Amino acid sequence: MKQSITLGKVSKFMGLGFLSTLKNLFTGKLSKEDFRAFLRKTIVPIASILLFLGIWHMGAKALYNVEADFKINKALEERGQAAADEEAACIASGDSTCQPNSLPSPAQVWGSFKSLLRDHGIISADKAAFKEKTAALNAKRVAKGEEPIVYTGRPSFVDQIIRSLKTVFAGFLLALFIAVPLGIFIGLSPTLKAAFNWFIQIFKPVSPVVWYLLVFMIVKTLLIDSSEDSSFTISFISVGLCSMWATLVNTAMGVSSVDKDYINVAKVLKLGTFQKIFKVILPSSLPLIFTGLKITLSVAWMVLIAIELLAQSPGLGLFVWEEFQNGANDSNAKIIVAMFVIGIIGFLLDRLMLFIQNSVSFVKTDAI
Amino acid sequence: MSTTVIDNKKIDQATHNGLFAPSDVMLDLKKLKKVYPTPKGDYVVLEDLNLQIKKEEFVTIIGHSGCGKTTMLSMIAGLNPISGGNISVLGKHIKGPGPDRGVIFQAPSLMPWMTSLQNVLLGVNQVFPHATKAQRNDIAKYYLQKVGLEDAFNKKASDLSQGMQQRVGIARAFAIKPKVLLLDEPFGMLDSLTRGELQDILIEIWNKEKITAVMITHDVDEAIFLADRVVMMTSGPKAKIGDVLSIDFERPRTRKSVLEHDDYYKYRKHLIDFLEH
Repeated sequence: MKQSITLGKVSKFMGLGFLSTLKNLFTGKLSKEDFRAFLRKTIVPIASILLFLGIWHMGAKALYNVEADFKINKALEERGQAAADEEAACIASGDSTCQPNSLPSPAQVWGSFKSLLRDHGIISADKAAFKEKTAALNAKRVAKGEEPIVYTGRPSFVDQIIRSLKTVFAGFLLALFIAVPLGIFIGLSPTLKAAFNWFIQIFKPVSPVVWYLLVFMIVKTLLIDSSEDSSFTISFISVGLCSMWATLVNTAMGVSSVDKDYINVAKVLKLGTFQKIFKVILPSSLPLIFTGLKITLSVAWMVLIAIELLAQSPGLGLFVWEEFQNGANDSNAKIIVAMFVIGIIGFLLDRLMLFIQNSVSFVKTDAI
Repeated sequence: MSTTVIDNKKIDQATHNGLFAPSDVMLDLKKLKKVYPTPKGDYVVLEDLNLQIKKEEFVTIIGHSGCGKTTMLSMIAGLNPISGGNISVLGKHIKGPGPDRGVIFQAPSLMPWMTSLQNVLLGVNQVFPHATKAQRNDIAKYYLQKVGLEDAFNKKASDLSQGMQQRVGIARAFAIKPKVLLLDEPFGMLDSLTRGELQDILIEIWNKEKITAVMITHDVDEAIFLADRVVMMTSGPKAKIGDVLSIDFERPRTRKSVLEHDDYYKYRKHLIDFLEH
């Protein structure tokens, strides 16, 4: 039997069920009872987003005024009325040299977002031009056995997002390949559980910063001869080590708490160890393993920012830190842009995991 | 065999001294004992329990809740260690669980991530490792057809109703061709209509396969309808066989012929009298 895959099924699968309601609205298939559901699922979130933007806008304006008044008063006290009038006129004119630097408004953030994309366009064009220019030379260098010349210009915002995603993905895979097998062994053997329990309990609550420092100590020594940039290696290993605990604990729990009935069936049928693990124990602990992996991925994305910042790995974390240090006129707005990008990517990653979970596990999990 | 009440001593002697010729005995429980240690000292669930079951015999066991019926059955299955005495199948002492003793559990206990066919194959593959894939598939499909699931080979077990799941459970148990079939209140969780349906299916397959069966039940009518002998267990602690009742209806039986038989209410009264004491 082949099941047809429709937009409705896929979107519901990913916890984006409101999309199908929206489609029904436009195709006129919406019944009256559904209309209430439509209001709740679509209008209410939109209204709350608008309300949020409104409060943000007013809050930003209030903070802007506080800072502007402070600046004018300061000019008045230090340099007299003329200077104060000049300051006020400067602020009103919108000149970037004297703008109050506070919480940016939604419009400023949107503007920064567009300027970051423009910036990305410029850098991409630059990169393409560079590649074209060096193509012939690089071909020669490679033929001679030398290293090709690579673009070493400033990364764009999009490059930084991609770098962060790569780091998280590498860290997540590391966590997966350590925590799932280890969790299975710990769950299967009470002896191993006793051996590892203290280890888990002690290292689980360690902060991402400390993990970073530990990994730094080790990787720095291991790569002592290498002149390559180790920031990516250090940051993905730290992300992996920070985030693997949820998967480790959940896998061990899932494996050790398989329904006794299933184990009895396996015993009566005299399944071998290998079959018992792959046909009975693993499938039945998949829901818990996935719960762990979902937590791992969201923790990985969350600690990434702090770790990139420390490791000087050119991703979103470093972007936020550099903008903060930079203190330029639109730096605050760029930080908020990064905040939203981080949040939205985190949300999408969570939904992606849910999608994978629902396609491989026998228990269907709803999105929260 | 007489249907009158025999007192415990006689039963013990009769079964222990070999009521049946040794070559006829499929399952033999001798001086079986089960003790659970508790902080307040040992709790003796079963003591000095003797029971012989013939080849091709269907025996049902009834008794009050908590008397140790399930303990006894899981000891026969090898899932629960024996504290004293022994259990033998065809004269050989059992050591742990094995596919010579198929079990149908109270909960269907199917792997919910597998289809009904895969669930049956799980056992078939294990018992017939030298058969070809096609042959093993045929065996599994044959038994699924027997329990009326020819349209649900590829349905996930989690998508089946409780009754359907238990049908798969029956197919799984028969498909591994065990010497002894152990049934632990297999229909206890079903509504009475479904239960009747499944009793018919069970007895139909059993009539064909004649696998020695031991079934626990709470249902007096079920006990009489299915069994050659009904074994009554005394209440625990230290439960043992209280009484044995032979059911002499002809096989194959139909529900109607059983209900209309003159002896039916005599048997029923006998069992209820025992349970109410």
